[in-house]
Amino acid sequence: MNPLAAILVRDMRLAVRVGGGALMGALFFLIVVTMTPFAIGPELTLLARIGPAILWLGALLASLLALDRLFVTDHDDGSLDLLMMAEVPLELTVAAKALAHWLTTGLPLVVIAPLLGLMLNVDMHVLGWLALTLAAGTPALTFVGLVGAALSVALRRGGLLLAVLVLPLTVPVLIFGVASANAAIAEPTPFGPAFTILCALSLASLVLGPIAATAALRHGLE
Amino acid sequence: MAHRASEPAVVMELQAEGLACNRGGREVFRNVSFKVAAGEALIVTGRNGTGKSSLLRMIAGLVRIAAGRLTLTGGVADAAIAEQAHYLGHQDAMKASLTVAENLQFWTKFLGSRGDFSPALELLGLAPLADLPAAYLSAGQRRRLSIARIVAVTRPVWLLDEPTSALDTPSQTRLSEIMRGHLAEGGIIVAAAHGAIGLDRARELKLGAA
Repeated sequence: MNPLAAILVRDMRLAVRVGGGALMGALFFLIVVTMTPFAIGPELTLLARIGPAILWLGALLASLLALDRLFVTDHDDGSLDLLMMAEVPLELTVAAKALAHWLTTGLPLVVIAPLLGLMLNVDMHVLGWLALTLAAGTPALTFVGLVGAALSVALRRGGLLLAVLVLPLTVPVLIFGVASANAAIAEPTPFGPAFTILCALSLASLVLGPIAATAALRHGLE
Repeated sequence: MAHRASEPAVVMELQAEGLACNRGGREVFRNVSFKVAAGEALIVTGRNGTGKSSLLRMIAGLVRIAAGRLTLTGGVADAAIAEQAHYLGHQDAMKASLTVAENLQFWTKFLGSRGDFSPALELLGLAPLADLPAAYLSAGQRRRLSIARIVAVTRPVWLLDEPTSALDTPSQTRLSEIMRGHLAEGGIIVAAAHGAIGLDRARELKLGAA
């Protein structure tokens, strides 16, 4: 098992053990989506129309929920020091941690999204497409959030700072995520363009996120 | 120390010239120079706040070098000092929800050791606790687990920050045997300490003496 596989396995184990946040994101997502009809009212056509937007907003907030702990726990127990002293480039370590985070918090959101879509009266036939847009877009949320998570260690401020820093950066992902989900519902608009841009955002963040997060962690050296 | 891979003998030397450290805008120390060759130990002493830990963290690449030079000759070419050094700090770098074995297994794999980690557990007397979550360990047991980490992965430079803290007398004796073994194999030890750590011919670097 190589070093990156080792950190992937460790982080996933930590997420599913006591005190880990693996299912918190999915539960939060469930609650946000369940609360929406209570706030808006049980008008089915309206729910169907805003359903994709609610699902995307819920997924966005849920995927950022546990992110601030990504580096803080490693910083507090001294693990981060040792992670920085390894032969493996820190960029790759950071990317492996982000991947583990996505697999334990992002992927469950994608899996339960079709079920929650039913609760919002989203058309049965597009639930799969909707999950596909989430699958393509949530990695971008995790990898953009990674930068915020690293900064919250470097600046020694947790929690809210992360949300304030990261949420504005996720606006493009939200726009194209909801646009591609809506395109899947309303036939005349082509699904392709918005979805490709969403994939492009994810791929770009996959590269830039770890580099920026590593720069933030290194800068945090004192 | 039969479990360690035998390495070709290289004349290794860690040199510091005119090191200075600033933390939070305050100068902690300056003009610190020393040389430690393979098989030698350097004990860094000094009162609280004179920068013993900062010096160790600086060698480990975790604190920015404000001035001066730090070089390791005779080590692996194009590897940073940090990649050839073990840092044993005040924190254990062990996850409470993972078991003792899982913690140690992770660090040996992550730090690139192909060897088995169980002899290290055995050596530090932690083998009976291997399946216990690290959360239930005492301070001394956690310390021993950290020491098992630096034993399980072969790296030439050991940076030990008050290594004997929280250890009982038998464990301190065990630690000094381990350190002597490391020196005998041509390793380098830089340790910050207030008291004796059980090394006979260690040189001393006194910080904040001025």
